Amino acid sequence: MHASFVPVIGLEVHVQLSTASKLFCRCSTAFGAPANTQVCPVCLGLPGALPVLNRRALEFALRLGLAMGAEIDTHCRFDRKHYFYPDLPKGYQITQYERPLCRGGSLEFEMDGTVRAVRLRRAHLEEDAGRSVHAEAYVGQDETLVDLNRCGVPLVEVVTEPDLHSPQEAVSFVAELRRVVRALGICDGQMERGSLRCDANVSVRGVHEPADEVHTELKNLNSLRSLQHALAAEVKRQIDLRQQGEQVAHETLAWDSVQHQLVALREKESAHDYRYFPEPDLPPVRISKRWLGRLRRELPELPLARKRRLQRLYALPGVRAQMLVDEPGLADYFEEVAGLVGSPGLVCNWVTGEVVRIAGELGVSVAEFPVAASVLAQLLMRVKEGLLSDYEARQLLRNSLSTGRPLGQVLAEQRPPATPQEVAKAIAEVLTEHEELLARFRQGKEELLHFFLGQALKRLGGKAPPRQVMAQLREMLAGPEPRAASGDSEGSA
Amino acid sequence: MTREGDYSRLRHLLLRRELSCHEVVSSCLRRIEQSPLHAFVSVAPELALRRARTQDAAIARGKVGALTGLVLGVKDNIHVRGWKTTCASRHLRDYVAPFHASVVSRLLRHGAIILGKTNMDEFAMGSSGESSFFGPTRNPHCLERVPGGSSSGSAAAVAAHEVIAALGSDTGGSVRQPASFCGLVGLRPTYGRVSRYGLVAFASSLDQIGPLTRSVADCALLLRVIAGHDPRDATTRRVPVPDFCQELDRGIQGVRLGRPREYFQPPLDAEVGCAVDRTLAQLEAQGAVVQEMSLPLTRYAVAAYYVTCTAEASSNLARFDGMRLGERIQCHDLDGTYVASRSHGFGQEVRRRLLLGCFVLSAGYYQAYYQKAQQVRALLAQDFARAFQTVDCIVTPTAPTTAFRLEERTQDPLTMYLSDVYTVPASLCGLPAISVPCGKDGKGLPIGLQVIGRPFAESMVLRVARAVENAVGQQ
Repeated sequence: MHASFVPVIGLEVHVQLSTASKLFCRCSTAFGAPANTQVCPVCLGLPGALPVLNRRALEFALRLGLAMGAEIDTHCRFDRKHYFYPDLPKGYQITQYERPLCRGGSLEFEMDGTVRAVRLRRAHLEEDAGRSVHAEAYVGQDETLVDLNRCGVPLVEVVTEPDLHSPQEAVSFVAELRRVVRALGICDGQMERGSLRCDANVSVRGVHEPADEVHTELKNLNSLRSLQHALAAEVKRQIDLRQQGEQVAHETLAWDSVQHQLVALREKESAHDYRYFPEPDLPPVRISKRWLGRLRRELPELPLARKRRLQRLYALPGVRAQMLVDEPGLADYFEEVAGLVGSPGLVCNWVTGEVVRIAGELGVSVAEFPVAASVLAQLLMRVKEGLLSDYEARQLLRNSLSTGRPLGQVLAEQRPPATPQEVAKAIAEVLTEHEELLARFRQGKEELLHFFLGQALKRLGGKAPPRQVMAQLREMLAGPEPRAASGDSEGSA
Repeated sequence: MTREGDYSRLRHLLLRRELSCHEVVSSCLRRIEQSPLHAFVSVAPELALRRARTQDAAIARGKVGALTGLVLGVKDNIHVRGWKTTCASRHLRDYVAPFHASVVSRLLRHGAIILGKTNMDEFAMGSSGESSFFGPTRNPHCLERVPGGSSSGSAAAVAAHEVIAALGSDTGGSVRQPASFCGLVGLRPTYGRVSRYGLVAFASSLDQIGPLTRSVADCALLLRVIAGHDPRDATTRRVPVPDFCQELDRGIQGVRLGRPREYFQPPLDAEVGCAVDRTLAQLEAQGAVVQEMSLPLTRYAVAAYYVTCTAEASSNLARFDGMRLGERIQCHDLDGTYVASRSHGFGQEVRRRLLLGCFVLSAGYYQAYYQKAQQVRALLAQDFARAFQTVDCIVTPTAPTTAFRLEERTQDPLTMYLSDVYTVPASLCGLPAISVPCGKDGKGLPIGLQVIGRPFAESMVLRVARAVENAVGQQ
């Protein structure tokens, strides 16, 4: 990046809420249904149909607002935004213009090991439009098909202040926002499905200049990679222009992720007048203090705070802590198991390794992971105590999953750990059986100690932790000889 | 002596089985067939006759609903599933409603028989019925005159006994003004009293569905059936629905009636004013207390109304763009297709209002027009609230004149808009208001008296209307 110019970037992120039904009707929001099957008079905008607000969507938006510390407008309302387009059946979008649900607030994110913050300008609820399909195999030339399944799906549009100063920062922010919405359980964060879509406003300014009024708008940044590349390309383009002494013109550009370049959109948009006015079909929203209070109390710890706490409390490496907070539910699972087992390092390796791997193989989320934390804790307890090797534990877990026999039951059926008496008996038997070797041991061939240990463990059949057996073995070897046959013992090692 | 509702009299005959629903429907159909009024856009004779037979069978089994055998016309901007809803527009002339309006479901559940869809001003924009794509409706009291609008067909049909009652929609007076012109009772309920689900929106913050009937009793009965909270319409209110019929005859002893002087000034026709004042005197004789009063902001109401309703209309009608809805006129590009389809599909009055509406909402003008209109609206509501601290109802003429001649005002939209001058204030403030006949002018044309009440005080409004009805019966 050129040293004498600073990029100034603000983002508008559309967060698609994962409610079961749409914002103003009861149609399903499920992704991937056949075109135009999840529609009704309301989301089709048929004459005579009226919108009714989905309280759940409002609740999801409130969670996000509260998590970001925004000021909630308890009397917010909806507005209509007008434009003509075939995938907008009513000729207007129901959104929030003058009285957005959330104003202000901020979101912290980490980049290069330091914590930064972006101020938020506003966040509001709105309905999505349908999808115009131009370039698919089944669409004829000069033909556009419209799928209205997405029409009316709830979105929260989060608008940041222009606080981001590099493409990398923008990417880190969006990645953090994605973690937050997933942790809040309000959005699945699947960017490839359009669950999180970014537009960016970009300008560059000289290091000591005030921010430039003129910015360009980048649309269609629908993956972190697109965001990174498009911003980098646009920042470079603007710096090049400025260095040649030219002005940057206001324009709207879209990122073509196939051609890997920015494409200018038709500039008719500048003439747009959306003719906003308050939506008369929806009375102003009333949000009670009590409801807000409850939602605030129910907020989970946010991913970044949690990551830092996990690092501090369990002495986990940053990468591992990040893995734990990246997957919703994983850190909860980890903390529950770690609380029972101790040994956070061991538990973390298991949870971020085997548990994630198996969940992936089964195609389930961590919340749906078939082994309860308390059961996994029993397993890992045995690993910790040395009753099972890592390998054996993994075998047990996988066997239980493949046979369908609950792991808890499998573990319960294993014989209980050997008592010290049983261990002593086993050791005594081994020593008796190998009198000759014992004699050689006593003559100084100390490596035989491990032979005895191995034999004893074998005899105990894994029922006793090696450490305990070793301790008892040493003790017994140090004690008076069982048979007191010779007096030349050196005593304990 | 109080006047029994037309339907209640008919109901007795039906229940005593001296008359059958089938006969009632048949006689209505005969009238429609011979009618010169053009009150209907579509009639469904077979369906209505079949339903009449079902009702007759139900009566025979002793199963009787509140509206059994009530033959009804429904304004053609209210959905009846499987029937066309044209809004009297070229754009929707083939549009078939995929669902019932909530009011229609309720009426059918109580045994009403819908006979057909009534003519109207295109998209309810008009005060004379003349903007219908299908041609104007005539006033049964004088065929050279308009029946009023926009619920022109509903009013004409009821007045000519082509149906027993009809549903209209009232945005700025579209039930009350035609009721006045046709000598009927027409009620605009409190905003939020009756569900708008299934009513094709003209101006969402103003539209209310209301009954047009030949008697106050029938009006009360219909209101009782259609009123109430509807989960499909977020603007309906959870306010208890009283039995309006029970309270009709409580009399008006001690009821304070306000006579706002702004409503008795030009452009008021002298004969209309006299008729209203004469009736007020009779109400006083029945025990009411009439008070002179002032609603000083009245003169801003028409302007505020037309800004508001055109703005909302420009939004509500955006969906008729030739893509999924309305007739498409294909052009070389998308914008061209929009322009051509919308220019082709909408009539002149609708186009005029849509352009006005887009203008008052556009950037740079929003504050000066739309927002200003909403401020006027809020002040007007305060005006009324203040007035209702000292009076129970406000009594005014419904319209400045009686029915005017066809084509008399079509070239002069401003004069046309001024025929709404007395009805729009209640609309803007969401207040219940009724028009009830209070005599005739020298030409024999009906004169309407308007009673405006407090929000959700339809009971009181109906009681006063009933008193007017009784008084006029003695004239």
